[in-house]
Amino acid sequence: MNSTVTTPAAQLRSSAVRARPTGFAHDVLTIAGRSLRAVPRDLEAVIPPVLIAVFFFVVNIATLERLTESTIGGFDYTAFQMPTAVLLGVTGVSRAPALVLDVQNGYFDRLLMTPMKRTAILLGHLVADVAVAACLTIPILALGLALGSGFETGLAGLVVFVIGAASWSLAFAGFGYAVALKTGNPAAVQSMFLLFFPFLFLTTSYVPREQLSGWLDVAATFNPVTYILDGMRSLATDGWSIDVLWAFTAIALVGAASISMCLAALRGRVKAG
Amino acid sequence: MTDTLQPAHGMARPTAPPTPDAAIEARSLGRSFGDLTAVDGVDLTIGAGEIYGLLGPNGAGKSTTVRMLCTLLAPTSGSARVAGHDVVTEASDVRLRIGAALQEAALDPKQSGTELLRLQGRLYGLTSTEVDERVGQLTEMIDLGDAMGRPIATYSGGMKRRLDLAAALVHNPDVLFLDEPTTGLDPVSRARVWDEVRLLNEQLGMTILLTTQYLEEADALAHRVGIIDGGALVAEGTPAELKRSVGDDLVIARLDDRLDTADAERLLADLDVTVVDAVGDELVLSTAVGAETIGPVAVALAAAGITLRDLTLRTPTLDDVFLEMTGNRLDAGHLDGEHERTGHEPEGAGR
Repeated sequence: MNSTVTTPAAQLRSSAVRARPTGFAHDVLTIAGRSLRAVPRDLEAVIPPVLIAVFFFVVNIATLERLTESTIGGFDYTAFQMPTAVLLGVTGVSRAPALVLDVQNGYFDRLLMTPMKRTAILLGHLVADVAVAACLTIPILALGLALGSGFETGLAGLVVFVIGAASWSLAFAGFGYAVALKTGNPAAVQSMFLLFFPFLFLTTSYVPREQLSGWLDVAATFNPVTYILDGMRSLATDGWSIDVLWAFTAIALVGAASISMCLAALRGRVKAG
Repeated sequence: MTDTLQPAHGMARPTAPPTPDAAIEARSLGRSFGDLTAVDGVDLTIGAGEIYGLLGPNGAGKSTTVRMLCTLLAPTSGSARVAGHDVVTEASDVRLRIGAALQEAALDPKQSGTELLRLQGRLYGLTSTEVDERVGQLTEMIDLGDAMGRPIATYSGGMKRRLDLAAALVHNPDVLFLDEPTTGLDPVSRARVWDEVRLLNEQLGMTILLTTQYLEEADALAHRVGIIDGGALVAEGTPAELKRSVGDDLVIARLDDRLDTADAERLLADLDVTVVDAVGDELVLSTAVGAETIGPVAVALAAAGITLRDLTLRTPTLDDVFLEMTGNRLDAGHLDGEHERTGHEPEGAGR
C-alpha cells in the first residue's frame, strides 16, 4: 500500500464544526449569491440580449418615428418603444441553462443532499434572475432617456418600471426552469426561446393597439404582454393609471402559471431521484 | 413543497425497533422503477465507526441503495435509518449528519475549488469563521494547492474526486457515503483516496459505506463486505469470513475445452477436492491441501485427455465468494496477482 499520507488528520479531528439547520431566506440568498457570482463568467448569456434590444430600439425609432408621429397627434415614439426594447432585453434572460448543467453534472444532487429546502434552490436562481434583469434594464432605460424620452411618473415611476421589467423576466424565466427541471436537457431549455416570439411580437411592440387589425388585434387582446407594455408606457407618458395595475396583474398571472410548472417539475425531479 | 421523501405506492412503514449503535440500518429496503426492481429487500446493519463495503458489478443495485440512504431517492418498500433518523420521514435530520461523494464527482465546473467548499459550508449552516477553518483544513487534506483557486473545469479526474470528497466532509458528517470512489482513477490517485478513507475512519471514527466493483478495494478498506447482485444482498461478513466460507485453497484450471461441473466431479472423484464451479473454460476446485492436490489434478485431467492451458493454486478471493454466491465472476481482470501463491503451467499448454 502506498504510504503517502496527505490528510492532516489531527486538524480534522480537532474540528468541532457541525452542520446545523439554516433558515429559508438564508438558503435562498446563498443560492442567489452563487448564481450572481456566475454571471460575470457567463457574460455571453446577458450581453447579447441587451445589444439586440438596443439595436432594435435605435433602428425602430429611425424607421417608424417620423411615420407614427406624423400620423398620430402628440405621439412620442421613443417613449412608446422604450418598454418594447426593455422587454426584448430581459425576456428569456435566466440561469435555467446553468440549472440544466447542475442536473447533468450531478451538482444538483449535491445541493439536494444539503439540509436546505428544495424550493430554496429554485427561488435562489429566480432571485438572481430578477437582480440581473433589473441591471439589464438600466442601460436601455438610459438610452431611452438620452434619446429624449421622459418619465411622467418621475423617479418612483422609473423604479416601478424597472420592477415591472424584472418581474416579467422572472415570470417568463419560470417556463425555462420548468423545462430545465423536467427534462434536464439544454436543447429543450433553449427551445423555450420559441415562446419569446408570440409573447413579444403578437402585441403592440411596434405600433399602438388601434393600428393593429384583423387577427393580430385579436391575438394582442389575449397576449398578456399587451397589458404589460401598456402599463409600462403609461408610466413614461401618461402618469399613474389603472394600466399599471393591469400590467402587474398580467405579470402575476403568467408568473403563477410558470412558477406552478416549475414547482411541479421540481417535485417530479426530486421524486424521481 | 415538502422536503420529506414520500414513500412510493403507499407502502406500510415497518415497526421493528432500530438497532442501538447502528449508524446505518436498512430493513427490507427496496426500490423499483416500473417493472424493474433495482434493489430487492436489502437488510443492512452497519455499526458506528465501521467501514462497510458494498461489492457488486455494474447494475447490481449499489448506487440505488446509496441514493436511498442519502435521501435522494425514496424507497418503494422497506425502511432505512441513517445516523438514527428515518431516511423518509426525517430526511432533513439525515442530511445534517451525512456526507456523500457519489459515483460521478458532483461539482460545478465554473466555480473554483475554494468557492465550492465555501458554498457547501454556508449551506450546512456554518459560520464564516467555521467555513474558513474547514476550507483551510480540507484544502490541506486534499492537497490541491494553488489549483483550489482555479475553475474546477480545469481539474483532472483525480483532483475532482478529491475535491468531491472534501465537499462531502465540510460539515464533519457522522456517516460518509462513497459511491465507487476510485472508479476511473489512476493507481496513485486511488491509493490517495484509500489513505484518506482509512484516516477518516481511524482518526475521526467516521462511519463509511463505500460501494465498489473492485475486489481489492473492498478487501483492503472494508471491515465488513456485503456482496450485492441483482439488487439483493447475497453474502455479508468480514473479508476473511467470506473467503473462509468458500474453502481453504483453490485450484484454478483453465482448459482448452469446456467441462461441466458433473463431468469434473466424476473425473476428480478420487481426489480430495470439491468442484466449486465450472464457468466457461475455467474449472474452480476447492481443497484443504492445495500444494499436495495440484499435481494429481493435472495428472487426472491429462489422463482424461483434457488439455490444460493454465493451472493455478491460490487462496480464495472475494471474487471466489462472489462466484460461489452468484455463479458469476465479478471481474476476471482483478484475479491476476491477487493472493496468488504459486502457478503451474503444464508442458505444451502454450499460453
